[in-house]
Amino acid sequence: MSPPDDIDLTRPQFIGAKVMRREDPRLLAGEGNYVADIKRHGMLHIAFRRSDHAHALITNVDVSAAQAMEGVVAVYTGADITRLANPYQATSRMKNYQATFIPPLAVDKVRYVGEAVVAVVAISRYVAEDALALVELEYESLAVLVDPEEALKPDAPKLHDDLESNILAAREFARGEVAEAFADAAATAGGRFHFTRTTPVTIEARASVAEYDKGTRTLTLHCTTQIPGIVRDKLSEIFDLPGPRIRVIAPDVGGGFGGKTSLYSEEIVACAIARDLGKPVKWVSDRMEDLMTTGNAFDEIVDAEIAVAEDGRILGVKADVIGDVGAYSIYPWTATIEPVQVVSFLPGPYRIANYAARVRAVATNKTLTGAYRGVGRPISVFVMDRLLDMAARKIGMDPAEIRRRNLVNDDEFPYKAASGLVWDKSAFQACLREAADGIGYDELRREQAAARADGRWVGIGVACYAELTGVGSRIAVAPGMPINTGTETCNVAIDSTGAVTASFGLASQGQGMETTLAQVVAEELGVKVEDVDIVLGDTASVSHGTGTYASRGAVFGGGAGILAAKAVHEKIVRVAGHLLEAAVEDIETGNGDVRVKGTDKSMTIRDLARALYSDMGRVPKDMRDEIDNLEATKVYDPFFGTTTSASHMCLIEVDPETYKVEIKRYIVVEDCGRVINPLIADGQAHGGVAQGIGVALMEEVIHDKTGQVLTASLVDYVVPSAVEIPSIDVVHVEAELPGTVGGFRGLGEGGTIGAPACIANAISDALSPLGIEIMEIPATPERLFRLVEAAKAD
Amino acid sequence: MTAKISITVTVNGTAQAADVEPRLLLADFLRENLDLTGTHVGCEHGICGACTVLMNGDSVRSCLTFAVQADGAEVETVESLGSIDELGPLQQAFREKHALQCGFCTPGMLMTATDMLRKYPLETDDDIRDGLSGNICRCTGYQNIVAAVRSAADKRDGK
Repeated sequence: MSPPDDIDLTRPQFIGAKVMRREDPRLLAGEGNYVADIKRHGMLHIAFRRSDHAHALITNVDVSAAQAMEGVVAVYTGADITRLANPYQATSRMKNYQATFIPPLAVDKVRYVGEAVVAVVAISRYVAEDALALVELEYESLAVLVDPEEALKPDAPKLHDDLESNILAAREFARGEVAEAFADAAATAGGRFHFTRTTPVTIEARASVAEYDKGTRTLTLHCTTQIPGIVRDKLSEIFDLPGPRIRVIAPDVGGGFGGKTSLYSEEIVACAIARDLGKPVKWVSDRMEDLMTTGNAFDEIVDAEIAVAEDGRILGVKADVIGDVGAYSIYPWTATIEPVQVVSFLPGPYRIANYAARVRAVATNKTLTGAYRGVGRPISVFVMDRLLDMAARKIGMDPAEIRRRNLVNDDEFPYKAASGLVWDKSAFQACLREAADGIGYDELRREQAAARADGRWVGIGVACYAELTGVGSRIAVAPGMPINTGTETCNVAIDSTGAVTASFGLASQGQGMETTLAQVVAEELGVKVEDVDIVLGDTASVSHGTGTYASRGAVFGGGAGILAAKAVHEKIVRVAGHLLEAAVEDIETGNGDVRVKGTDKSMTIRDLARALYSDMGRVPKDMRDEIDNLEATKVYDPFFGTTTSASHMCLIEVDPETYKVEIKRYIVVEDCGRVINPLIADGQAHGGVAQGIGVALMEEVIHDKTGQVLTASLVDYVVPSAVEIPSIDVVHVEAELPGTVGGFRGLGEGGTIGAPACIANAISDALSPLGIEIMEIPATPERLFRLVEAAKAD
Repeated sequence: MTAKISITVTVNGTAQAADVEPRLLLADFLRENLDLTGTHVGCEHGICGACTVLMNGDSVRSCLTFAVQADGAEVETVESLGSIDELGPLQQAFREKHALQCGFCTPGMLMTATDMLRKYPLETDDDIRDGLSGNICRCTGYQNIVAAVRSAADKRDGK
């Protein structure tokens, strides 16, 4: 597919340039504006008393002592919030799905440790936290379900009495004849894989400031969200307020990674209280709250098997996935988003004729799971690429070679993967080839052989993946959701001062979109990058937009930005044709000027705006009636979306004394389409891989059998520091551009999708003389020690 | 509530007198009392390093330091390093090397790096990584932060 003809790709002036970020000066000078920085006159502070039970009936709530404390203004219970906010749930049209209501404050029953039960409002956060201790809560314990395999049994106690079971979603995929494929196999491999639970850990924890203007009956919520539009739309229903009287603003937000893509109870409670009291209120999460309540990630058990022919061809794959989704089905994504994605992406970039898979999303007494960088696909790739390595070992084939033989070739696109997803076109083979060249694969294998002869545990990892990015209206980001994630809006306006503003429904959490979107709009409009103001994260700016998630910002924002800028450009050219007395075909723009090609006749766009808006008489009335203004709003729908792909390779060594895994080399070769800003594109890959390394080696949310979170501090939940992350080589393959407007593909999540599999394969490779296969991550020193001890005992 | 204590802290060269509760954290004193919101609070238990400031020339966690402990001390925060219109050399290096994404850990990184650049030769990149190991960044993978500190160190050393 080639880009549409009418988009001019011949003059990249800013797209592809290493433009330094415009966000940086304010953030570097300490002048950013994060939610926690917001102050309002008379602002009150909220603190939450949270459940210390994983599953219990609330038998008594006594807030009188807290209420009586000096400095406490109000105390709210679940019953109070029920009165102030309509109930809500994450619905889906998907078959075999059961939605759950999510009470903003628990009513009658708590279902996970950390669930908010009571909200105290006081003159300072210190006082509000003091008062929490005075809230009297009594519980009657219920059976706690922490093991999803127990929770899915027909006789298991139910978390939600109104549901049929704890299985919130179930789905099956099938293509071809799997049983026959396995019967014909030269080798089969597989087993039980476990991808443990992690949590996003944005360095800025979640926060909200809610204000209610009694005069205009308007609610304003500043919050740390990636999805201001989705939050606004739902708050409108929850509070029976029309959209224009709810404004949700995401100012500077300190990282998201998916953790801030859900509607959170604290946001609803803050709004309810602000409206009830008529006072501005603020809530800032502490880290313990964040670790216990921000949407957790992954947590799947996958029984999977692969069948291959003697020449390495994949004959069939089967998988049975159990996803532990926690206590409720998260809004808006539902409990389906993570586990269903595991199954739909499991076939990956490989040619697989026979595939059978089943997935069940099971409720347990744990924090809700939601979106986290990669969503399901880190597990898909972990399982698929581990299976490939295990099969390769059985038939004595090199891991890179077995991938080369199975990756979809360039002449096979568009390719319908075994789960039904369609890969439009992406440089699967080229990424693998260039990764091998870039890391010096053959030489590394020789070095590894020498190291192995010395008894060292040195391993090489390979992983390949494909993902759908910029997913348009044809496919919902989560199956059957009633919200539209398939379009995005941009308004480009040149006002009467001649200034350019481009407004989007997207929101930025550090991706540098104020810079990249300005590059895109400036390119199309023919103005300087610094002359384009970018508005993000404010529901007042466009009529519909959902936000930034699922690697959609560049595809949607870039596409909508180009379409809107192009429409404004047409208006500029028409007005300029009149003012410069030239044919519109002869008009061109650049650097903020309008020129007649091949002449010295020109004017500034600023002067053109003055001519249209203010200097009556310079543009005739009939033309003004037709042009209206120098403004356009466009909605972009990429429909199918586009395929981003990559190959990751790494070299690791396991220390035989400490069992620490040292990553010595790491390369990412990715096809992310047209790169808008190489600085930012590389940074996304670095950060994604770093999070993938955390997932592979360190990070794990651990619950004990009573459902207590044992990892509620950053001492116990360990994320990588500068000493654990190597320098990462990033190469962008310049393949044929996708059919998206602008030729962009999404690239935010890829690093995290590929890295866990790549590292797990490298460790398995290093320990292969002991016959060890990594089936569970993170591969902590303790887990590796136990595997080696067990292998030695055999 | 406990009786307040009078303190005077010199913050970025200006003496600031206040009556504060003994439990008031230095981070909150800077952010709430002085409106210096450049210092960020990321974990409130001393792990993430986002709240790092310099006290009498040494980096400290302002989330684990009481404001009363800073009585009589010189405190430097990110606001002392430069301004939006005139970034300091370390801030400039961070910008050029794309060493920040969301910017939330950045003030702590800058203050830790300032401390390192004043005190240590930083001969190797491993020295820089060791020095930064008490500051968590979740966005950048650290690579460009190391490059920025390397660039600032080279400039410091006249390289």
